Amino acid sequence: MWADKSKAEVKTGPPTGFGPRGGPGGGGPGHGMLTAKVKLKDSPKTMKRLLGYLEDKRRLLFFVILISVFSTAMTILGTRLNGLVVDRYVVQGDVRGLAMICILLTGMYLASALGIFVQSRIMIHVSQNTTALLRQDLFVKQQRLPIKYFDTHASGDLMSRLTNDIDNISMALSQNLTQFFNGIINVAGILVAMLLLSPYLTVISLVTLPFMFILTMILSRFTRKIYGQQQKQMGALNGYVEEMLSGQKAVLLFGREETAKADFAVYNEQLKKSAVWTFIGTGSLGPFMNLINNLTYLIVAVAGGYFVVQGRTTAGVVFSFLLFMRNFARPINELSNLFTTIQGALAGAERVFEVMDERAEQDRPDAVELTGVQGHVRLDDACFAYEPGKPIICHASLEAHPGTMTAIVGPTGAGKTTLISLLAKFYDLDEGHISIDGKDVASLTRDSIRKAIGIVLQDTFLFSESVKDNIRYGRLDATDEEIIEAAKMANAHSFIERLEQGYDTILSDNGENLSQGQRQLLSIARVILAKPAILVLDEATSSVDTRTELKIQEALLKLMEGRTSFVIAHRLSTIRNADQILVVHDGRIVERGSHQALLQRNGFYADLYNSQFRTGLVE
Amino acid sequence: MIKLLRFMKGSYGFAIAAPLFMLLEVIMDLMQPTLMSNIVDVGIAQGDLPYIWATGGRMLLMAFIGVVGGLGCVACSAQAAVSFSSRLRQAVFNQIQGFSFVELDRFKTASLITRLTGDVTQIQSIVLMGLRIMVRSPLICIGGVVMAYWLSPRLSLILMIGLPFMLLMAAYFIWKTMPLFLAMQIKMDRVNAVMRENLLGIKVIKSFVGQKKEQQRFGKANQELMDRSVQAMQIMTVLFPLVNLVMNLSVVAVLWFGGRMVVSGGLEIGKIMAFINYLIQIMSSLMMVVMMSISLTRSQVSAERLNEVLETETSIRDMDTAPSLWAEDNETTRSKGSAIEFRDVSFKHHNSGEWVLKHIDLKILPGQTIGIIGTTGSGKSTLVSLIPRLYEATRGQVLVDGMDVREIPLKALRGHIGMVLQESILFSGTIEDNLRFSKETATAAELKEAAEAAEAWNFIEDKTDGLNAEVAQRGRNFSGGQKQRLSIARTLLRKPRILILDDATSAVDMLTEAKIREAIRQRMGQCTLLLIAQRIAAIKDADKILVMDEGCVTGFGTHRELLKTNEIYRHIAVSQLGEEVLADVG
Repeated sequence: MWADKSKAEVKTGPPTGFGPRGGPGGGGPGHGMLTAKVKLKDSPKTMKRLLGYLEDKRRLLFFVILISVFSTAMTILGTRLNGLVVDRYVVQGDVRGLAMICILLTGMYLASALGIFVQSRIMIHVSQNTTALLRQDLFVKQQRLPIKYFDTHASGDLMSRLTNDIDNISMALSQNLTQFFNGIINVAGILVAMLLLSPYLTVISLVTLPFMFILTMILSRFTRKIYGQQQKQMGALNGYVEEMLSGQKAVLLFGREETAKADFAVYNEQLKKSAVWTFIGTGSLGPFMNLINNLTYLIVAVAGGYFVVQGRTTAGVVFSFLLFMRNFARPINELSNLFTTIQGALAGAERVFEVMDERAEQDRPDAVELTGVQGHVRLDDACFAYEPGKPIICHASLEAHPGTMTAIVGPTGAGKTTLISLLAKFYDLDEGHISIDGKDVASLTRDSIRKAIGIVLQDTFLFSESVKDNIRYGRLDATDEEIIEAAKMANAHSFIERLEQGYDTILSDNGENLSQGQRQLLSIARVILAKPAILVLDEATSSVDTRTELKIQEALLKLMEGRTSFVIAHRLSTIRNADQILVVHDGRIVERGSHQALLQRNGFYADLYNSQFRTGLVE
Repeated sequence: MIKLLRFMKGSYGFAIAAPLFMLLEVIMDLMQPTLMSNIVDVGIAQGDLPYIWATGGRMLLMAFIGVVGGLGCVACSAQAAVSFSSRLRQAVFNQIQGFSFVELDRFKTASLITRLTGDVTQIQSIVLMGLRIMVRSPLICIGGVVMAYWLSPRLSLILMIGLPFMLLMAAYFIWKTMPLFLAMQIKMDRVNAVMRENLLGIKVIKSFVGQKKEQQRFGKANQELMDRSVQAMQIMTVLFPLVNLVMNLSVVAVLWFGGRMVVSGGLEIGKIMAFINYLIQIMSSLMMVVMMSISLTRSQVSAERLNEVLETETSIRDMDTAPSLWAEDNETTRSKGSAIEFRDVSFKHHNSGEWVLKHIDLKILPGQTIGIIGTTGSGKSTLVSLIPRLYEATRGQVLVDGMDVREIPLKALRGHIGMVLQESILFSGTIEDNLRFSKETATAAELKEAAEAAEAWNFIEDKTDGLNAEVAQRGRNFSGGQKQRLSIARTLLRKPRILILDDATSAVDMLTEAKIREAIRQRMGQCTLLLIAQRIAAIKDADKILVMDEGCVTGFGTHRELLKTNEIYRHIAVSQLGEEVLADVG
């Protein structure tokens, strides 16, 4: 009697449940509720693939099933023995026999308990291992996705796949799978036992079964509809919360607090209505199942009583039946519940596999490592569009000789950032070629190209690790001395020293405990440490204060020595120092040359220069 | 958790009705085994068929009454739990709306979002379960014991031994697992944190070829989570079979003792059957309570996080004294001399000991344009944030139109000060919605004027839908420069008397930036303008320029004056504009 610990009314459908969840602190806004889409595209395939993860655990699982059969058999036999006790010993007054059978029962129950223990131990290992494996696989895959994927997919959605969906799968594996095994074995075993005992009573006791199925179907259809609606409204509410709270400072500045409260109340109210019905829908399965259980119980009691009076069966058989009925109804109820949760897990698995099936960045099979980089960079007739039909870069060509500095200037939105993102191999060209030292980058491995190129991005990103580890990111095998050296070069040393724990200070959320400028200094130190042959700076210094910038510029100049560099710059000094200036406008390189040459041309650059810098000189 | 129960107010009816309905269902359920034993002991024993039918009929009736009770409980508990969480959610949201920058800095945005979504949902499911199972299980336990005692006081001695044993065992295991599940939760948070960082920092990771390192970092977090999960759940694998065993052994005991009682004529067979039935019901309910307790401990974390928000009072609010007369009558106040004045202002954030601003004395006249420049972390942004009282001066006084900002109602104060932040915040909706965010009643002409002044009208017009063009969440579909221009337009729409641009044109090219400045000056001639900038070209024409360094004002004068007198300023100017800048200053 594997206690009916999960009677139907326990379950409130997919929204609740036990087991590991994203929980507080983690997870995106969806948080458990948003993800369990009931619509499945191809569940057999997903199921097969998910089971593929259990492939190497086949033996263990087989063992688990064996144990399950064993302990179920024990339980069923035990239940039957209970009936026998009544018929053979109690009715006939055989106390010795009673003692014997009680000892036998005790032994059987002990064995069964041991079986359940071993089984759940194994299952926990299997399920947790599998979940961890799945999580790791998804993580590794996510890392190999091209930047384009991250541009087009909300990070909240990805996050929710990595957390909620995996959690759903984990729960299904750790709890539902065992329940499923046991449920099926139990139902089958009990059915056989009942048929052996009394075919008549068996048929009679199964009368209520069709009702159970019909009821479950009707209810789940209703629930699914209302649940979907609830999920939608929940999504809308969470979306609103995320957006408003992210922009809370604007709300405050414009005194929109009351409007926000009122808007939120509307979302909240809408959600409330559908949520009530969802919970009523999912919750009413319990009482209805209870009703059917009770009906079955009374049918067996009455019919059994009738048969006993008629002399067609014994009181012990009826007793066994009544106990069987309790054990029989439970797994069937469970199975219908399991169906919903397993479906939720499958939906999660589908979303997980969707990411896994995305095209990852892939090197050509014959790709070679880029070594001994000189830094001769060529871009031939390059075209690129984020969305088809909306080209950002059109037919751009450029050449940078080793050790030279190329300044890229142009108005906002001209495509400067995209241009250097292409150089950094964040995106693949739609047309044209990029070559480094005369080798087409398509024939080189991505990692070796990226190692050769150091990038300081517009938005700095820091990890929630120590300052030291953040700088070390530039080169993982760097020693502490080298790190401090790099920090000194980036003029970050002095502020790091002033931090409470110096280089061991742990940064919180993307370095929120540092100022924008300090974050930038750290990311510069990181590149300095990496010592790349080619350097790409994306307006990197624009938000560093001007005095510090002077020092950074010194450091960068030193760094740029002997390296090929591309700089998006707003500083006159940078532009003047450049070996060539590329003027980007509407995705095209419209002018190029030295500062003086371009000024003499009196074209687009001259206009730009006059508006930006000349005004500073003439009063 | 208990503290949160006040949000049940308004649904007390449902919250009380739910357990009552549940009681009905439980009573009906508990009657079934007894009636069944009657069928065996009376009906079967005496071969009394009519009695069997009659008892069956009674059982049928009870089953139906039971389902009414069950459904009633489901409906009432759903209503109560959802209303509860709905109220809680609104209260938390409203509380956040009252927060000032100080509290927003303290709680991070992401954390506030999780609290408002995940944590509330967690609490809701706990309340729902609480109203159902937490009521049902104890009721069945108590009812079952009563019924069992009523059937056979002697046999119920077995219960008296088995039940306390199980209770102790359950308590021990709950006590043991609670910290384990908490530890698991912490590891889970860690895994999520690494994942989030990898999503946000993907470009950095790729450019430094850090995938291997990240995989190791993630692998470690993942492994630790797995170990913790296994550890926490393994305890359960001991508990469940153990409870099961105790239950089954109790059944054997009932069979043994009960069987002997039947043999000696002290008990009927049917009663043994009923007794075993009750035993199973009692023990399974107990099991439920154990499971519930575990999830309850987990929801405790959520409850604490919500309470933390609810108990945080905003630190900046209107004074209790009568609202001052400062408001629309700008003509009279204008005459007072200065638009903005700082009197020996010092500022530091709550938790850090360092002064961000030190003894600032400053007077800004109405209509002046003030440029502010200085090193990172020199306190520029903090300085201007004190004017609309986004933060409160720790020492000294900030005056607007001659009045201490603390005496001016916040609504009025912020209504007259327009501030554009470093990061531009746009909301999903149309461009027009976003502009109107600052002034809902703005006319079409006003919208156009503001957009033109912010140099945003051109690109708005270029859109096929113009002002009705869709803005994605956080303005994702606009470039940095466009976002900044829309933010400026939004603020200009209000026609503020004091306009503060906190490095708000950093992503706009210099040509456009100059045009925006000119347009603002032309169209909003009367307003006092404060410009924080990194580029000297942006502020050199200002009436006065404020040079800040490490929380102090080191210079306050015109471009030419500062070139002569202020070393920091001269450095900046030379680096940005070249040596020539010094030529005509001499």
